[in-house]
Amino acid sequence: MAPPNIRSSSSNRKAQLSVFTGYVFAAAGAAIGAALLIISLWQPQALSGLRSVATDASAPVGKAGAGARVGSMNIFQAIAGYYRAGSKNAELEQEVRIARVRLAEAAALKRENDRLKAAIGLREADPRPVAIGRLIGSTSSSARRFAYLSVGRSDGVLPEMPVISPMGLVGRVLEAGQGSARVMLLTDSESMVPVRRSTDDVVAFAQGQADGTLRIRLINLGINPLKKGDVFVTSGAGGVFPPNIAVAVVDTVTKDGAVARMLSNPAATDYVAVDPVWKPEAVRMVDVQAGPAKDKP
Amino acid sequence: MIEQINPRARRDAFGSKINRDHSPLLAFGVPWASILLASLTPLLPVIAPAPVLPPFAYLLLLAWRLMRPGLLPLWSGLPLGAFDDLYSGQPFGSGILLFSLTMMGIELLDMRFPWRSFWQDWIIATGLMAAYLVLAAILSGARLDRMELVSLAPQLLLAIVAYPVIARIVSLLDRLRLLRVRRLG
Repeated sequence: MAPPNIRSSSSNRKAQLSVFTGYVFAAAGAAIGAALLIISLWQPQALSGLRSVATDASAPVGKAGAGARVGSMNIFQAIAGYYRAGSKNAELEQEVRIARVRLAEAAALKRENDRLKAAIGLREADPRPVAIGRLIGSTSSSARRFAYLSVGRSDGVLPEMPVISPMGLVGRVLEAGQGSARVMLLTDSESMVPVRRSTDDVVAFAQGQADGTLRIRLINLGINPLKKGDVFVTSGAGGVFPPNIAVAVVDTVTKDGAVARMLSNPAATDYVAVDPVWKPEAVRMVDVQAGPAKDKP
Repeated sequence: MIEQINPRARRDAFGSKINRDHSPLLAFGVPWASILLASLTPLLPVIAPAPVLPPFAYLLLLAWRLMRPGLLPLWSGLPLGAFDDLYSGQPFGSGILLFSLTMMGIELLDMRFPWRSFWQDWIIATGLMAAYLVLAAILSGARLDRMELVSLAPQLLLAIVAYPVIARIVSLLDRLRLLRVRRLG
């Protein structure tokens, strides 16, 4: 459809003026946007209150939908799951057989572990989760990877707290509203988690990548000891994340590390636990040394 | 003897033409409401490990603006973008800036090419969506590398394919918008 032809009429002074004011308002809008953008890139937390209020207001909608998501993956995986069902079934049965064996091994190891711990009198203080909530949605079209959580400050959730699912680490709380919170997922490109290999002490950083994988950056460069299938767990360095939480499994090995897949696919998690910051005093110390940085792990 | 006229002569696709008129609330509210609703897509129960879904609010804005010029005022990028920023995960202000620039860009385009076919609208929308996705990625504050830009490609493809569907939805909403529901007298 052609636009209403008010601009070309030279006699209609009012219409011309309204076009002019329209441009003025639109340009002012763009300028306001640019100014706000600079502020929010410079001080990411400056406008977080506004966002938290908005998320709080709409959280009930998301909570209603979150129940339907249990067990499903993202939209494409859900559709793709119908193909190759037979061969997948066979593969899964094979995997289950292997997993049973591994489970028995793990149980044995756990017993041995308990015995050894009892022997040296070490008691592991398992931090109790601050709150249990649901992931109610995520920014599925932005380049940043945030998810919305159904619990907030009224449940004790505060920024920086790690978010953990039964399958592993999901991310950490970035902003907390009264009844909802915004979680930075591990795959966000600003997210960086100190990790170590589960079998030994190869330490590395797991950094989010745009395509939903994690880049494992080794701290000690040299001969790359990683192999496909290596599992990385949190190392506890930095003080935010408690140690020994599963993070990622190596997919392909690169020159300076590896590309890994997240173990806890946030799309398939139902309930997540928000844990307290592991060592708050360590985090404070890092903050004092580095200054008030914005998105530090 | 008066011939009985066709009983449908006093009706059209928007309802009875007698004693009924368009509702201003519906006529002007539907575009705004639909775009605001589309801004809430992050609350859909899809947790994406990578950006996959097209920016629905922006697509709807484009479709409404291209199909019904003059309906959304030139300054509408400011409120619509601000609302989108609250949920999209972009830093606050990027939606305001990009939506406002889009509205002004299409206005200038309208001056040069007032009559367009759907195919031309689609091409224009494709160009604008590509620009929007790239600029949004740059403005998002995310670390930009080659992989980031590569990962935009599926999203852009999906957005291009989604545009005709969105345009069809907009034309359905447009019919809803112009229903004569207000009773006169």
